[in-house]
Amino acid sequence: MKLILLLFALIATPLAAQTALPPAPYADQQLADPALERKAKALMETIRCLTCQSQSIADSNASMAGDMRSQIRERIMAGEQPEAIRAWLIARYGDWVSYEPTAAPILWPLWAAPLVLLGLGVLLLRGRIKRKARSS
Amino acid sequence: MIAETGLAALWLAASLALLQLVLAFVGLKGNKPDLLAAVRPAAVAQGVLTAIAFALLITLFMRSDMSVLLVATNSHSAKPWLYKFAGTWGNHEGSMLLWVTVMGVAGAAVALFERALRRDTHMATLGGQAAISLGFYAFLLFSSNPFARIDPAPADGQGLNPLLQDPGLAFHPPTLYLGYVGLSVAFSFAIGALLTRQVDASFARAMRPWVLGAWVLLTLGITAGSYWAYYELGWGGWWFWDPVENASLMPWLAATALLHSVTVLATRDALRAWTVMLAVVAFSMSMVGTFLVRSGILTSVHAFAVDPTRGSFILGLLALYIGGALALFGWRIGAVREGAPFELVSRETMLVINNLLLTVILGLVLIGTLYPLMTEAFGHKVSVGAPYFDRIAGPIALALMIAMAAGPLVRWRKDQTRAVTKRLLIPLGIALLLSSLVSALAWGRIGILPFLGLVIAGSVGVASLAPLWKRNLRRTPLFTYGMVIAHLGCAVSLGGMASDSAFTVEKLVAARPGDTIQTAGWQLRFLQIQPIAGDNWTALQADMEVRRNGAPVTIHPQSRFFASPPTSTSEAALLTRWDGQLYVVLGEEVEGGRWQLRIWWKPFVTLIWLGGIMIALGGALALLGRERRGWLMKWRARAAA
Amino acid sequence: MRTLLIWLPLALFLGFIALFASGLFQPDDRIIHSRLVGQPLPAFTLPAAASDRPPLASSQLATGQPRLLNIFASWCVPCAAEAPQLDALKAAGAQIDAIAIRDARPDVDAFLKRNGNPYARIGLDARSEVQIALGSSGVPETFVIDGEGRIAYQHIGEIRADDVPMILDRLRAAQ
Repeated sequence: MKLILLLFALIATPLAAQTALPPAPYADQQLADPALERKAKALMETIRCLTCQSQSIADSNASMAGDMRSQIRERIMAGEQPEAIRAWLIARYGDWVSYEPTAAPILWPLWAAPLVLLGLGVLLLRGRIKRKARSS
Repeated sequence: MIAETGLAALWLAASLALLQLVLAFVGLKGNKPDLLAAVRPAAVAQGVLTAIAFALLITLFMRSDMSVLLVATNSHSAKPWLYKFAGTWGNHEGSMLLWVTVMGVAGAAVALFERALRRDTHMATLGGQAAISLGFYAFLLFSSNPFARIDPAPADGQGLNPLLQDPGLAFHPPTLYLGYVGLSVAFSFAIGALLTRQVDASFARAMRPWVLGAWVLLTLGITAGSYWAYYELGWGGWWFWDPVENASLMPWLAATALLHSVTVLATRDALRAWTVMLAVVAFSMSMVGTFLVRSGILTSVHAFAVDPTRGSFILGLLALYIGGALALFGWRIGAVREGAPFELVSRETMLVINNLLLTVILGLVLIGTLYPLMTEAFGHKVSVGAPYFDRIAGPIALALMIAMAAGPLVRWRKDQTRAVTKRLLIPLGIALLLSSLVSALAWGRIGILPFLGLVIAGSVGVASLAPLWKRNLRRTPLFTYGMVIAHLGCAVSLGGMASDSAFTVEKLVAARPGDTIQTAGWQLRFLQIQPIAGDNWTALQADMEVRRNGAPVTIHPQSRFFASPPTSTSEAALLTRWDGQLYVVLGEEVEGGRWQLRIWWKPFVTLIWLGGIMIALGGALALLGRERRGWLMKWRARAAA
Repeated sequence: MRTLLIWLPLALFLGFIALFASGLFQPDDRIIHSRLVGQPLPAFTLPAAASDRPPLASSQLATGQPRLLNIFASWCVPCAAEAPQLDALKAAGAQIDAIAIRDARPDVDAFLKRNGNPYARIGLDARSEVQIALGSSGVPETFVIDGEGRIAYQHIGEIRADDVPMILDRLRAAQ
C-alpha cells in the first residue's frame, strides 16, 4: 500500500499542467566528459524537485526539474564546483532544496544520531555480556 | 443490498470483538472457564465476518456498482477486471477494510491453530487482538465507511489512478498488509504474556512461527513494491528513501530483529524484556507507518487522504494502543527476571549484535524520516533524503552483513575465539581475493560503499553457506536450510544493489526513427514510433530492435495516455538477461522528429529482488521446518499413547 | 537504572505523539519561500515575451518607486484566474512587470489577448533561469520590489480577490 501511495503522489503527471516548450538543452543530454557528467549527476540526485516536492530533480518529469538539470550540467561544464552550485541553490530555496542535509546547526542532532544510538546500544550491550576472566 | 450486508457484517464483527474482549477479560479475572470457552469461537466468527465483508466489497467493485460512493470515486466500468478487483484496496477505505480483515483472519488463525501457548496466555492474547481490532473497526465504521451509498448514483465512476493500473496492485498491497497487520499477532502475544506474566522460552517458541509468517509476507511485499516502483517510475531507481517507503521498511527492520531475539529467548530463555519490547515496537511501526501515510503530515503523502480527522483518529489509536502497551510493559516487566549474562564469544552475543545494529538502523530511519517534521516545529524546512540514509545507514548495514555471516558459525553458550576464526578463514580469504579483484577492475571508478558492498556480498555469500559445511545434508533440519537460504538471499540482494550503483551505464539520447544507438555493448536500432490502443488507454510506442552479439530482440517502450482520470505514464521496456537488465524509457518528442530516450544497462540489478525472494523463501522453509517438527512430535506422542 | 530504561520507551513514545500531534494540528504549508526576500534582485536581462511590450532587465525594476513583478506562464491555469486581480491592482496604481516562464511569444500574445494585459514590461525566461535565480518555485508568483530593487515580499500562488488590499499595503510599505 505504501509504495502505491508513493506512486500516487509522485509521478501522476496530470496532462496539460506542463509546458509545450521543448526541454532545455541539457535537461536530458549528458555532458560529453564522463567525469563531469558523473559530478553533475551526483549533484542532481541530491537536489529536491520544487514542483513535485518528493523526488530529486534527477528522476522527475517536471519541466522545472528539467530546467534545473540543464542549468546544473551547464554550470558544471563551465567549471563550477557542485558544492558551490548547491550553496547557490540553498541561498535561494533554503536547506529544503538539498536532500543531503547540510551542516546547519539545526541538523547537528541528525548527524550525531548514529553515534548516539550506537553508543547507547553498546552501553546496553555491556550489561548483557560477561566480563572476561583475565586468563583465557 | 450487498453494501448493506457488508456493513452489517462489519458491525457484527465489531460487536463480536467487543464480546471477545469482555469474555477474555472477565473470564481471566474471575477464572471462569465457561466464559473463556467462548473466546475462541468468537474470534473465529469475527474472522469469518470480516472476510465476508471484504468479499462483498470486492463484489461491488467487480460489478461496478456506482451507487456505492467508494466504487464511484475509485473505479470505472471500462476498466479491465483485474483492476476492478485490485482497485478494491487501491483507496483509503478499501485498504483499511483489508487491514481489518487481515486482523480478523489472523485472530481467527490464532484461535484455531495456536496450541503451544499456555491456555491463559492464549486467552489474554486473543483478548488483546480483539482490543486492537476494536479500534480499527471504530475507525472504519465511524470515519471511513467503505459501504456508504451515493444518491443519485453517477453514470460512471471517476476511475483508478493509472499508475495503480498494474498487476503489481493485485499482489503488492495484500502481501504487505498481511505482513504489516500480521505483526499485530506478535503484539497481542506480547500483551498476553505481560498480562499473565509468562515471558519465557515456551512463550517464545509459540510466538516464533507467527512472527516468521508475518515477516515472510512483509519481505515479499516490500520486494514486490520495490520492483513495481522500479519499472513503473521510469527512472531506473528501486528505492528512494521516501517517507512512504521508510514507513514500510521500519516494521520490517523491527520484525527482523524480533525474529532473531525470539530465537535467543526460545533457546536460552534470555532477552525477555527486549523481545517483548521488540514485539510491541514492530507493530507500533506498522501503525506509525499507517499514520504517516494517512494523515499527510509528511510530504509525499499528499495525494491520498490528507484528512486531519482520519489522521487524529489514527493518532488516537496509536496513543491508546502503543502507549497502553508501553505502560503495561513498564508496569509488568520489572517483575520479569533477566537471564544470566552471555559469554563474549557466543551465538547469543552475535544475535544481540544483530539486534543492536538492526535497531540502530531502525532508529536512524525513524529519526531521518521524522526530522523534517521536528525542524518544521522550529520554523526551519529541511529535507532528509537518499544521500543521508545511504551514507549513514549504509555502513551500519554492511557491518550487520558481516555479523550475519559470522553469527551462525559461532556456537551457543560459549565458543573459542580461535575456532571461530578458523571457521571464518575461507570467507576471509575470499573477501581478500574479491577486494583485490574489484580493486584491480574498478578502483577509482566506483564509490567506496559500492566497493565494500561487492566485496562483502561475495564473502558473506560464501560464509552464509558455511553452516552446511561438513554436515550430512539429508539430516540437516529444514530450518537450518531456511536460515542459510535467507542469509544467502541477503548477500545476493546486496550484490545486486552494489553492482547496480557501481556499474550502471546511463545513456540519454534524442533519436529519430532509423537511428542506431550504442551503449554498454548493446546496439539499439530505433525502428519506428506508432500509436497503439490498449484496454482503457492509448499509447505512443517505440519499436526498437536490440542486440548484443546475438539474435536481435524487439522491445516496446511506451508513453501511455489515460482518459479517466486524464493522466500520462511512461511504460519502460525491460529486457532481462542473466547478467542484468536493459531498461529503456520513451520520453517526449524533442524537435525535428526526434524522441528523447533514456537507456540504462544495469548489470545484475535483478539480484536485488531475487535476493528478496530468497529471504522470504528461507523464512518460509524455517517456518515449515519448525512446524513440521511440532507435528512430528505430536504424532509420535499420540502413537506412543 | 533499570527502572529508567523500562520507562524510557514510553517517554520517547509520548514525545513522538506530541510531535505527530503538532504536525497534525499545524499542517505543513508545503510552500517554499524564496530566501532572497529582503535582498537585492539578482541581475538579469531578458528578451521581450510579447509583441507589444518591451523586454525586461533587473535594472529597470529599481526606479525609486516600488513595483510588482509577476511570474506567469501562458500554459498555467491559475495565472489566467488571477488576471482580474492584476487588473484591479493596476487600476489602484500599481506598476506591474512580468516574467513569462517557459513560454513562446505567440502563446504569450494569445494569453494576453484573452486575459488582458496589465504589464508594463514582459521578459521571456524560456529555461526558468531567472525563476530559479529568484528562488521562485512555481507559477504564478508575485514579488513586491522596492524602489532600490530589493525584494520586499513574495506572494506564492494566484492572487485572490481578498489578497489585493494586502498586496497594495505591501507596495505602500515598500515605499
